Amino acid sequence: MEKKAKNFGYTVTRDRQIDFDANNHDICKIVAKAEPTLNLCISCGSCAATCSAGQFTDFSLRQVILLLRRGETKDLDKEVSKCMLCGKCQLVCPRNVSTRNLIIQISRALCDNRMPGLQIVNGK
Amino acid sequence: MTFDLFVLPFFIGLLFLLGVLVVKYSRWIAMMDASDRRKAGMALFSFSLLKTIKEIFMESLLHRRMFKRNPLLGFMHMSFALGWLLLIVMGNLESRVYSGGHINPPYYPIFLKFFIHDKRVLPFEIFTLPGFFRFIMDLILLFVLSGLVLALIKRTRSKWFGLKRTTVHNSFDKWAITSLWLIFPMRLLAESFTAGIYKGGGFLTNTLGSFFNLFLPLEYMAYPAWWAYSTMLGIFFVTLPWSRFMHIPTEVILIFLRNAGIEQGKYPGSFSEIEIRSCPRCGVCIDVCQMNQAGLTGSTAVYFIRSLRDQQTDVQLNSNCMMCGRCLEACPVGIDTLGLRVGARSVDNKGIASDFSYLLKQTVTEKKAEVVYFAGCMGHLTPGVKRAMLQIFEKAGIDYTFLDEDGSICCGRPLKLAGMQKAALKLVSENTVKIKNTGAKILVTSCPICYKVFNNDYQLDGMQVMHHSVFIDNLVKDGKLVLRPSDLKAVYHDPCELGRGSGIYEQPRNVLKQISEVSDVAEERANSLCCGGSIGDLSMNAIQRNVIRDNALNILCQSRPDVLVTACPLCKKTFDSGNTIVVKDIAELVADNMEPNKLQLHAAELIDQQCLIA
Repeated sequence: MEKKAKNFGYTVTRDRQIDFDANNHDICKIVAKAEPTLNLCISCGSCAATCSAGQFTDFSLRQVILLLRRGETKDLDKEVSKCMLCGKCQLVCPRNVSTRNLIIQISRALCDNRMPGLQIVNGK
Repeated sequence: MTFDLFVLPFFIGLLFLLGVLVVKYSRWIAMMDASDRRKAGMALFSFSLLKTIKEIFMESLLHRRMFKRNPLLGFMHMSFALGWLLLIVMGNLESRVYSGGHINPPYYPIFLKFFIHDKRVLPFEIFTLPGFFRFIMDLILLFVLSGLVLALIKRTRSKWFGLKRTTVHNSFDKWAITSLWLIFPMRLLAESFTAGIYKGGGFLTNTLGSFFNLFLPLEYMAYPAWWAYSTMLGIFFVTLPWSRFMHIPTEVILIFLRNAGIEQGKYPGSFSEIEIRSCPRCGVCIDVCQMNQAGLTGSTAVYFIRSLRDQQTDVQLNSNCMMCGRCLEACPVGIDTLGLRVGARSVDNKGIASDFSYLLKQTVTEKKAEVVYFAGCMGHLTPGVKRAMLQIFEKAGIDYTFLDEDGSICCGRPLKLAGMQKAALKLVSENTVKIKNTGAKILVTSCPICYKVFNNDYQLDGMQVMHHSVFIDNLVKDGKLVLRPSDLKAVYHDPCELGRGSGIYEQPRNVLKQISEVSDVAEERANSLCCGGSIGDLSMNAIQRNVIRDNALNILCQSRPDVLVTACPLCKKTFDSGNTIVVKDIAELVADNMEPNKLQLHAAELIDQQCLIA
């Protein structure tokens, strides 16, 4: 069917429903505990607009935070690893989010959670 | 009689201490890199050994840096260190007078007055050899005791010693210091009691002894006093390797290794271990640390190093530091506090992956030019600085290329400060290729953070790295840039990475003096304050940063200047957010006050003449 649709010049958009139950919300809690300013973020996107890495690739801290809050943490580590920690986002953030520490805390939380036998439950 | 049971606590303590030191020293030597070990071996037979001996004398004994900080503080430390050494050396010589020149067991000189009871012969005693020694030994003991009195006063009146805050010691250190403090009064009492019984001793012990003899049964008290003296020595020696006084035998090694040209290297390594143990916890770093203003008192260098030594490292504690280097500047031992901090962070952030493969896809070819300009990430956030620099390049007729016009790759310093050395190196190599491709001879950067890493970590094959303040200063000296004096009253703020980090203090001031009236600031040059915006810190929040910024602004604006000039885009941005004064980068002020240089004047004249002819 997909092949046919292609021939028509359009495709059927895949379902983008987010199954919150299947997602991992612990990471967000761990990160928010380690860097409480995460809760200040209003997703304005200033960070993404000024981002040094964003000049070269489609990295966006705004998106990272969005995915983190939704619990879609599967490929988050790959995203976060693109950050150069230059700190521009921290200076432009209108809500004074400590973005650099946020990135590090996200990496750390993901890294700890990936380790076998270190299952973190409810942010504890 | 050359032995008594009471010497045992001292003797056993001493043997125990020596044993522990031998074990520790051999472990450090075993941990060393082969190349470092070779360097250390070479240094034993080279000129640097003389330098080492001089430095040990000046710093470990005389405490020159402590004296510079505060004379009273310096005297206190000197009286303990030099005084004790003199007691040992002179005591040894004195004991040889009695033993006919040959070497005695180590306890013998220490407790000499117990074993030898010479009667005091006045008035010409001082001209006899034993009499002279009795006088000298009492004088040295008085010298040490004066230091002890100062140490006791310092407990309650630390301000007299130039210290607003002092270290909060743990209980183990309190034990050690109590035993240290009791050693010398005990020695005084023991010697005085004995002198009182036998009518011997020098001017101090004899007088005290005679006095005590009036109302005390000295024959019963002298022996216990000697026991107490020996026990205090024993306790001190046994606690020493695990207390802060480990700095005494370690600092000497640190000075030697530093003079041998050995650097911190990998962490944790033997050099960092030695540095950690060289910290005397004197607390000089506490007052200079601006983190205290923000209420972050626990992460000061002294406590940070203690946490490393006790192996109780804490991620929060490690990350709470702006890396401004004020503690490094103040440290009387010269411990590389920043290097240790980066090392500790590298352990914390070991698991964090970095992937900059997207940078490899860049295929922009760089323009060739004589000078390559790198604004840096922070430079891009202050477009005024960027614009000013381009104006200056144009005005001075420089053949330049703007490397990161369309966005910069970070220089790598922030990653390095976060302890992510490997990730930083990826950016370093990426930038190195780009910079080299321009074929330039000079690399000019607006950001001191970039400047430091370009200077220290980049291999640019002889390309000169300059901060823009230095570059402008050179242009002015060469006559390529002519500046117009103005009646602006300015103060200059030394950015941490440019001043303390790279030793550039004069060039920005030279430039600034030509365009404005520069007044001095209370805390400047090596003592310059951090603006609070530092990228060295990872976990401070905005409120804490603002407190530090406002305190710094208060001090900088004391002389009520028209403009606060700095040479770092990050400092500018941080101070700007304080909304108290006009903040400008030195490049902006220069761009505002440029006049045509000789060549341009000449060209203008030619055009004028042609116009007249026409």
